[in-house]
Amino acid sequence: MSNELIAIFNSIVANATPLVIAGIGETITERAGVVNLSLDGSIVLAAMVGFVAALASGSVIVGVIAAMLVGALVALIIAAADIDLKQDQVAIGFVLTLLCADLAQFLGQGYTRTPGPQFPFTPLPLLSDVPIFGAILFNHQPQVYVSFALTFAAWYLLFHTRQGLALRAVGERPEAAFARGTNVSRLRYLYVVLGGALVGLAGAAYSLALKPGWSTPPAMRGDGWIALAIVIFGGWHPFRVVFGAYLFAGLRALASAIQRSPDIQIPLVLLNGLPWILMILTLVLVSSGALERLTRALPRPMQRWTRGLLRSDPPAALGTRFEKS
Amino acid sequence: MDIELRHIHKRFGAVHANNDISAVFHSGQIVGILGENGAGKSTLMKILAGFQPPDSGVILLDGAPAAYGSPEAALSAGIGMLQQDPLDIGAFTVIENFIYGSHLTRREAYRALSAQTERLGFDIDPDALVSTLSIGQRQQLEIVRLLALGVKTLILDEPTTGISTEQKTLLFDALRLLAKRDGMSVLLVSHKLEDVIALCDRAVVLRSGCLVGELDAPLTTADLVQLMFGGELIQQKRKHPGTGDVVAALEGVTLRSRRMTVEPFTLRIRASEVIGLAGLDNSGQELALRACAGLVKPAAGRVMVLGEDMTGKPYRAFMQKGVWFSAAGRLEEGLIAGLTLTEHVALVADSRPLLDWNAARALTEAKLAQYQVRGQPESLVETLSGGNQQRLLMGLLPEKPVLLALEQPTRGLDVDSSQWIWTQLLDRCDVGTAILFTSPDLDELVAHSDRLLVAFAGRITEVPDAASVTIDQLGRMIGGAFQ
Repeated sequence: MSNELIAIFNSIVANATPLVIAGIGETITERAGVVNLSLDGSIVLAAMVGFVAALASGSVIVGVIAAMLVGALVALIIAAADIDLKQDQVAIGFVLTLLCADLAQFLGQGYTRTPGPQFPFTPLPLLSDVPIFGAILFNHQPQVYVSFALTFAAWYLLFHTRQGLALRAVGERPEAAFARGTNVSRLRYLYVVLGGALVGLAGAAYSLALKPGWSTPPAMRGDGWIALAIVIFGGWHPFRVVFGAYLFAGLRALASAIQRSPDIQIPLVLLNGLPWILMILTLVLVSSGALERLTRALPRPMQRWTRGLLRSDPPAALGTRFEKS
Repeated sequence: MDIELRHIHKRFGAVHANNDISAVFHSGQIVGILGENGAGKSTLMKILAGFQPPDSGVILLDGAPAAYGSPEAALSAGIGMLQQDPLDIGAFTVIENFIYGSHLTRREAYRALSAQTERLGFDIDPDALVSTLSIGQRQQLEIVRLLALGVKTLILDEPTTGISTEQKTLLFDALRLLAKRDGMSVLLVSHKLEDVIALCDRAVVLRSGCLVGELDAPLTTADLVQLMFGGELIQQKRKHPGTGDVVAALEGVTLRSRRMTVEPFTLRIRASEVIGLAGLDNSGQELALRACAGLVKPAAGRVMVLGEDMTGKPYRAFMQKGVWFSAAGRLEEGLIAGLTLTEHVALVADSRPLLDWNAARALTEAKLAQYQVRGQPESLVETLSGGNQQRLLMGLLPEKPVLLALEQPTRGLDVDSSQWIWTQLLDRCDVGTAILFTSPDLDELVAHSDRLLVAFAGRITEVPDAASVTIDQLGRMIGGAFQ
C-alpha cells in the first residue's frame, strides 16, 4: 500500500474520532430510552469551554475534564426535564441545541484564533510498527485510542454485563425493568449523564486536537447532527456506529479528493450529498430483512451475534416517559 | 404458602376499587378470582404482588404480617404475578429475559430454563428473540422465570386471553402440577367461567370492589353467574335463520399469507344471517373474514358483494357497498388512541371538509346514551374500559350495513357486556344485516351462529347441522377431527 493511501486512511480515522466518541455516548443515552437531541449545540459549547479551560490552566487534562462536565451538565438538564419535570425531551433538546451553540459563540468571543495547547502526538510503541495497520490505527493523538477503548467498553457493557441488561431493559420496556427491581429513573439519569460526558469529550477532541483552537463560526458546527444520524444508521450498536462514522469520514475524504482532482467534474452539491444517499441505501438494505435472511445460513452462535449487529429497530421505549402505575 | 388478606381498601379517585376485602388462600390450591370487568380483581392481585400499595389493610404471609412496596420485594417474599400482557422485553432473547432480574450466570440460566420447561412440558428456544414468540410462549417463559426465582405463590391475570386451545391445555396441566405436586398457591384471575370451572378448587367472586362470595368445587356456571351478576343469565336463542337473498359471496377463493394458504372454498352469505367461523389461531378463519371485507386480496377466485364483482377492490369500496369490518385489536386497529370520542364520531359521520363540532358533539352524546358508553364526549378513547370501547365501536358502525365482518367481537369482555353486544348485533340482523364473525370462544359460536364454518390448517368446511352441534363436537372439529 502506498504511503499516500496510508496517510489518507490515517486521516479518515482521525477525522471520524469525534463522531465515534459522540456516537457512542448518544448510543448509551438512547439505549436507556432518552434522546439527547442537543448534540450539535453541546459539542460546540464543550469544545469552546474545553479549549478555554486548557488555555487558562495550561493543561489539556483540565480542558478535557471541563468539556466533559459541560456535556454532562447539558445532559443532566435533559434528564431532569424529562424524568422529574415531565417535559418533552425532544423539545428541550432542540432548544438546548440552539442555546448552547449561541452561548458558545457569545462566551468564546475573546478567544477566536488564539493559539493554545493541544493533545500531543503519541504513536503507540510496538503497535504503530505493525505494517499498514499500525500506521493507520496507532499513529495518532490519544483521543483516537480512547475512542477505540470506548467502543469496546460500550459493547461489553451493553451485551456482556448484568448492568447492560438493565440498561437496555430500561430503554425497551421500563415497566418490566421496574418489576424486576431496577430503579428506572436512577439508571436513566446515570446513562444520560454518562452519554453527555462523552459528547463533551467529543467536543474536546475537536478543539484540543482535530480542529485546534476556537473560531467563529465554530469548525465543528453541524457534526452533532451527523453524530445523531450515525447512531440511527448504526442501529444503536457500538460497532455499527463506529462503522458508520468511518464510512462517513471516508466518503467525505473521497468527496474532497474528487473535488481537488482536475479530471473529474461532479457538482459539489452531489458530492456532499453522497454520504447521506449511501446511508439511506444501507438502511433500506438492513431493514428490508434481506441481510437477516442471509445470516440464517450461518452457524447458530454466529447468528446471534450478527442478529444484534443487523438490528434496525430503535429501543422500544425511546423518547417515552416512564411512570409507575 | 398461606396468604391472608385483611380489610384491603384501595381507591382511585372516586372509584372504590377494593372495598374492605378479606380472604384466605391456602397452599396447594388453585383459586379463581372472578368478577366482571372493573370488579377490582386485577387491582387486588396487583396489591398482593407489590405493584400497588393498598390504601389500608394488612397482608399476612404464613401468619406473619408482610410489608412490601415493590414487585421485587413481593418476589423475594415468594409472590410472583404473570400479567395479562407478560412483562418481558421483546428485544431480548429468551435467555436474557430469564437472566435479567435473577442472580444466575448464563450457564446456570440455560440449565435452570431447560429443567423447568422440561418438567412443565413447555417448549421454548432459549436463543429466540422474545418478540418472535406467541403470547402463550411468552406466558410460559414468565412462569418458568418466576419459578426459578423461587415463588411459592403464582398469580395469573387473565392468562387464557389470546392463546390457543392447545396452549391453554398445556398451561392448565402445568398449573395443576404446581399446585398438587409442589404445593404452591395458584391464583387465577379470570372472567371466563369455563376456565375457572375446569381448573379451580375454589372461586372467590368480586363485584364492584366488594368480595361477594366464595364457592368450593364442584363449581357450576349457574352458581357463579348468580354471584357475579346477582341474577341468572338467559340463554339467547336465534330468532331468524337467514333465508334472504345472497348479499355477499366468496366464489372458489384461494387465500395466501406469508404463513399459510387457504385452499379454495366457496361461501355465500344471505341477508339476516349469522355465520360463525371457528378455528384455532392461524387456521385460516381470520384470512377468510378479512377477504370478505376486501382487506385480503384473494390469490384466485372472486369476491362478490350485492351481485357485483369486488375482487381486488380496496376496503373503501367495500365500505361504500355496506361491508364493514371490526378488528380484534380495538386500540390497535379499531380506534385511534389520542383522539376523543367526539373526534371518532366526526371521523365517520361527516365527510365534508369543514367540521361542525356542535353537531358532532350532539351526535356523540346521543350515541353514548344509545350504546350505554360510560364516558364523556371529550375524553380520550384510550381512557375507556374495554367494554366501553367495544360499545363505542358498535356505535360507530352504520345503522343498517349489508354485512358486518367481526373479528372476535367480544374479546376480553365479561359475560354481561358480551351479551349486550350480541343483543345490538342481532337487532341489526332483524333489519337485514348479515354477520360473519370469528371467535376463540366455542360457546359464543354455538350460541349465536345460524351456520358454522370450521377452519383447520387452511381447509374451510361447513358444519352440516349447525343447529344441533354441541360445544364438544365443535371443539373436536377445530382440532382437525372433522367427520
